[in-house]
Amino acid sequence: MNPVRKKRLYIILALLVGVGATVGLALSALQQNINLFYTPTQIANGEVPDGVRIRAGGMVKEGSLQRTGDSLDVEFVVHDGASEVRMRYRGILPDLFREGQGIVALGRLNEENVLVADEVLAKHDENYMPPEVAQAMDKAIQAKAESAQ
Amino acid sequence: MNWTWFHKLGSPKWFYEISGRWLPWLGGAAIVLLLLGSVWGLAFAPQDYQQGNSFRIIYLHVPTAILAQSIYVMLAVAGVVGLVWKMKLADVALQQAAPIGAWMTFLALLTGAVWGKPTWGAWWVWDARLTAMLILLFLYFGIIALGNAISNRDSAAKACAVLAIVGVVNIPIIKYSVEWWNTLHQPATFKLTEKPAMPVEMWAPLLVMVIGFYCFLAAVLLMRMRLEILKREARASWVKTELRAQVEGRP
Repeated sequence: MNPVRKKRLYIILALLVGVGATVGLALSALQQNINLFYTPTQIANGEVPDGVRIRAGGMVKEGSLQRTGDSLDVEFVVHDGASEVRMRYRGILPDLFREGQGIVALGRLNEENVLVADEVLAKHDENYMPPEVAQAMDKAIQAKAESAQ
Repeated sequence: MNWTWFHKLGSPKWFYEISGRWLPWLGGAAIVLLLLGSVWGLAFAPQDYQQGNSFRIIYLHVPTAILAQSIYVMLAVAGVVGLVWKMKLADVALQQAAPIGAWMTFLALLTGAVWGKPTWGAWWVWDARLTAMLILLFLYFGIIALGNAISNRDSAAKACAVLAIVGVVNIPIIKYSVEWWNTLHQPATFKLTEKPAMPVEMWAPLLVMVIGFYCFLAAVLLMRMRLEILKREARASWVKTELRAQVEGRP
């Protein structure tokens, strides 16, 4: 490569490194603001500002969903393996909402540390499989659990 | 290493001849693969156990999103080639690929919104992945606008190349957004190091669609570049002979 081209190439590389470093520093400074939601652990540690509408996300705890017979009110617990948050919501839940599924809820924390949500979004994971395979896997897990007893 | 092919690329005439030979093959492959992939993916691939049939939009969403990002990387590479080697063809490629990339980004955002409504419960969420994709769309708009705003061809080429190179930092941000931050968008199903989190009867049609979209991109890009070359080289004698042959060949 002739020296002029080499010089131009180095200038471009330097430009890219500079821009990359700038954006990297800006993003790491904004780390907290880019996260879409707070985890239950962050809420338990008091990292959440008071009285502000926040998003909180985690897995719906198995067996925690309570519906009321005469209204759309639901209550459930969201956990991230370490901490839990109780959530209250009135409305129609998305199709993918189920126990054991990841969700993100928007709302405010009240005095009892219950998140009163006005919007619930379901998060789905990166795994896809046909229904028959999912059923077969459920059966295999059940059979394992029964043989262990 | 033999660099003659690379320096030959600098000649618009050589490019025009060679691309004319490739074009029918790429176009044919694109049509066959896209038809095969859509029928296979939309009608014969199994449903998802949770999302049912709505997951089938993956067969459009993933190929358009992959293309949106790889076209941008291509713009940046063309920008470097244009700035360092002063190759005119690099600017032709950059200018002609940008609108295709913008369309792919728009389609990825649109199919993502249509997919998000039934699964997440929202058309749009300001999460890191979605926002970074929106920034990519604006980068494409910026390059297209800049290319049209400056009337001097050489200055426009330089300005667009710099913008394309600077904007490429957005690509790793899009790619790793789902790992660096908490997002609503799920992480990648396909990783180079692991088995895909999806059975073969689901990912095989997806692979066909992705290859089909790449062939489609190559065919459309070559067509656009050939037309642009004819426009820019309109005064060259080979263009005049070529056009005369085409006009007289098809009365």
